[in-house]
Amino acid sequence: MNNQASQQRLNRRYRFEKLFKASAIAALTLAASFLIFFFYTMISQGFSALSQTEILVEVHYNEASQKSYKKAVDKSYRKIVSRGWLRTLPLYMEDHPEIVGTSKMQWVTATGDVDQYMKGKPNRLKSKYKKQIDQLQSEGKVKLAFNVNFFTNGDSKMPELAGIKSALVGSILVLLVTMFVALPIGVMTAVYLEEFAPDNRITQVIEVNINNLAAIPSILFGLLGLAIFINFFGVPRSSAIAGGLTLALMTLPIVIITTRAALRAVPHTIREAAYGLGASRWQTVWHHVLPLAFPGILTGSIIGLAQAMGETAPLLIVGMMAYIPDTPTGFTEAATVLPAQIFTWAGESIRAYEERTAAAILVLLSILLSMNSFAVWLRKRFEVRW
Amino acid sequence: MNIFDFIFNSAAALLLLAAVVGIAVYQHVVKSGLTARWHSLPLYYAWFAALWCFGPAFTLFFFASALDLLHLYTANTSFLLPATLFLSIAGLWHGLRQLKPSLRARQSVEGAVRFSLVAAAGVSILTTIGIVMAIVFEAIQFFEIVSLWEFLTGTHWAPDDATEGNTSGMFGSIPIFAGTFMITIIAMLVAVPVGVLSAVYMSEYASERVRNTAKPALEILAGIPTVVYGFFAAITVSPLVVKFADSVGLHADFTNALTPGIVMGIMIIPFISSLSDDVIRAVPRSLRDASLALGTTPAETIIQIVLPAALPGIMAACLLGISRALGETMIVVMAAGLRPNLTWNPLEGMTTVTVRIVDALTGDQAFDSPETLSAFGLGMVLLVITLMLNILSIYVTRRFRSQYE
Amino acid sequence: MSKSKINISNLKLWYGEDEALHGIDLDIADKKITSFIGPSGCGKSTLLRCMNRMNDHIPSCRIEGEILLDGEDIYAPAIDVVQLRTHVGMVFQKPNPFPKSIYENVAYAPRIHGLARKGDDMDELVETSLKKASLWNEVKEKLHQPGTALSGGQQQRLCIARTIAVKPEVILMDEPCSALDPIASAKIEELMDELKNEFTIIIVTHSMQQAARVSDNTAFFYMGNLIEFGKTGALFTQPQQKQTEDYITGRFG
Repeated sequence: MNNQASQQRLNRRYRFEKLFKASAIAALTLAASFLIFFFYTMISQGFSALSQTEILVEVHYNEASQKSYKKAVDKSYRKIVSRGWLRTLPLYMEDHPEIVGTSKMQWVTATGDVDQYMKGKPNRLKSKYKKQIDQLQSEGKVKLAFNVNFFTNGDSKMPELAGIKSALVGSILVLLVTMFVALPIGVMTAVYLEEFAPDNRITQVIEVNINNLAAIPSILFGLLGLAIFINFFGVPRSSAIAGGLTLALMTLPIVIITTRAALRAVPHTIREAAYGLGASRWQTVWHHVLPLAFPGILTGSIIGLAQAMGETAPLLIVGMMAYIPDTPTGFTEAATVLPAQIFTWAGESIRAYEERTAAAILVLLSILLSMNSFAVWLRKRFEVRW
Repeated sequence: MNIFDFIFNSAAALLLLAAVVGIAVYQHVVKSGLTARWHSLPLYYAWFAALWCFGPAFTLFFFASALDLLHLYTANTSFLLPATLFLSIAGLWHGLRQLKPSLRARQSVEGAVRFSLVAAAGVSILTTIGIVMAIVFEAIQFFEIVSLWEFLTGTHWAPDDATEGNTSGMFGSIPIFAGTFMITIIAMLVAVPVGVLSAVYMSEYASERVRNTAKPALEILAGIPTVVYGFFAAITVSPLVVKFADSVGLHADFTNALTPGIVMGIMIIPFISSLSDDVIRAVPRSLRDASLALGTTPAETIIQIVLPAALPGIMAACLLGISRALGETMIVVMAAGLRPNLTWNPLEGMTTVTVRIVDALTGDQAFDSPETLSAFGLGMVLLVITLMLNILSIYVTRRFRSQYE
Repeated sequence: MSKSKINISNLKLWYGEDEALHGIDLDIADKKITSFIGPSGCGKSTLLRCMNRMNDHIPSCRIEGEILLDGEDIYAPAIDVVQLRTHVGMVFQKPNPFPKSIYENVAYAPRIHGLARKGDDMDELVETSLKKASLWNEVKEKLHQPGTALSGGQQQRLCIARTIAVKPEVILMDEPCSALDPIASAKIEELMDELKNEFTIIIVTHSMQQAARVSDNTAFFYMGNLIEFGKTGALFTQPQQKQTEDYITGRFG
């Protein structure tokens, strides 16, 4: 019964099967290799920013250097020692008068170009200084040390001093505003819609609206924030509160949708059992439904907040890409956030910013990934299967 | 004193007072519960008294701040302070006077809870309306200066050259939308095949273990912030594209349309693969069994039975992907260029709607300058397109559901 | 008994660690209807699915022993599972027409297997298959409407037509009537009686009345063992085993 034609046909069909399966595998492999390539480039570029070149020089703490900070080091070092660091000396001497009049050998932050040269990256260091650095290195007077400044400084026009602290604090402030606005309103809206609202046309319209809101591009929330919060309500531009409110509107639909899903996952029998025992509607929700839905609500909220934390576009519109060297201390002060800091650094023409951008990205990614994995862990740990 | 400082401080003080009142009432009810039969649990009476303590004053605060924010009337603290005092004392007195065993405290408190839930839902809805209104109002101002027809059909976009009186011929949006669609199409050419085929592999061929690692791994791609993709596009992918174009004898601009398109495609892969995986798995097992029992190979079953059945869901996923690509901002801002350019060549620089919005709003222009307003005009078109795509995808999803549920 | 079509010998099957079939020996007669009965979970459906290797798709499933179709071991490495299934068709418990038109439901498999090519050939094949499934008169006016719009009984007959169109030798039926009302069931039973002239039919059923009405031979399974096998009449009137008797008289199961 197996004639040749049908055998050939079968072989052809099997070849197609193999081809199809292979292309499906190839697609997944391609997607996975994007991921690996992405992390590889980020880590390989950003890792070097964790160290910073320092030079052992004699620093003179005297009146001359108090007047002109450049004089704190010998002339031959002035082009390789960070000017930004030298600039901090007069203030330091004011705070520590006992040190004035002494001089000591100490490790000092080098300029960005020296740093890039030490790391073997493209730089604009003159060959004269390259020789000097080579010389110093053979004497053991140059080293790569852990880059503390990156975590304790704010933004700076000098790459060797630029850090993420003010952006990180800004991100936290913005996120606090977002959290305190979006979570209560979102959860309450969801509880109302899911547990109290009558199922009529109005509810359906609201539902479609909220779904639509979740699909609106984030940049349009920036337009809203600019038009309403800043121009109409007069919230200070670039402030954490303007950014936080804008992101809150963006996060709101995510919170509502995930909370509703979590509430809906609680089986109806639980509610009926509570009603059967004479509990009121609110008591049923408060004592039974909400506790059971809580892990789901928390998971959804964390994911929503993580998304808000990585958001940049709407914040650019409300002016949060300002140059912020000092850490903001309040919600109405001008602030920037980590993603916006990444954006501004990515646009800098000085090469030394590139590795800092990648390092800031690594910091941001590790925060977001830990938030997301915490959310996933929560869901796995407390998930109840009905 | 700023009215908000006043409200903030007095709200804190009132809440403290309400807490004290609540605790006192609670203990009173518990104690007298030995002799009298109270209608509700003690906690409800505590809440009842506390609500009457801060409720009336909070209502005042709400209206005072609303009036202030709407620029209608700024209340004076020398009026607010006595008003607050009066309202909270009167409220407290009224609340305590009603406190007796027959009072249905639970019903009242639950009414208040319900009211606050409704209020929260109201805020959510106002947001939806607010975003549409805010953008539409500003856009209308823009279209008073530039005619809609000119905006939609003009091929020259040069807002920098526009002055107060002369805007004609400066706001033709075709090159901007052309760039947007070009980049979106490139992104979908990357994302749809890779995403759908990955989903097919995960749902039809892979073992449970592979699927359980692959799906969350792909979702990491979805969790990466767009600014990071932008950096990746500008620093890593763009030089690769230029180098590759060189090697085949073509010239590519450093900010070309291909780079953001590809990177955006990578970003969208997990949306498509994850949603498609879900809908493919929702196709009943029995259909696969029926097809396989007829002597078909898995590939034939997938292509002829499973994928057609899952098609509406996959299409909905793709529509969402498109709307994401259209509204994506950071990748294009960092890698696509600013120059409006009407061309078919993806190796040239192009600009997009979102790039122009950011560019118009981050400059130092006055808020009512034509350039600033043009951002709202572009935003409105983007909003309309996104909403249409979303409604379409909801409609398609519903058709998918009605087929199998 | 007449010539046998399928010989099963010492068939054992595991799902992971659980042994679901404990060494089954059974011969299925050619051009006859054989029914498998027994309480839920006795392994009758599992055995049925072994005969066109539908269990291949369950990763944890492992099989020992052999099943011979016309003397050829269907689990031998040389056997192609796709081709095997064109010889051994299957009808499922719940009617599961494809979300395509009635015509396409029937034409789907022949087109893949290249059984009919040109439009006329295919039309003819669809018509004869639908006629054999006694569905033609009901659907000939609406061949291009979706198969899912038919009633449950019609859907099940469409599934049978779809299976017949591949021209199999054996048709496996896994409780084909359990989702249908009595009238639709009666039609399917009638149809089976006609089909047995051409095909060897194996039916798994929960209804002992159905087994008694339609089948020539009956096998009774219990806890993964074949307890008794014989002519249907004999098995129902004079069961040899105590367990069979208990089951058919309704004392358990």
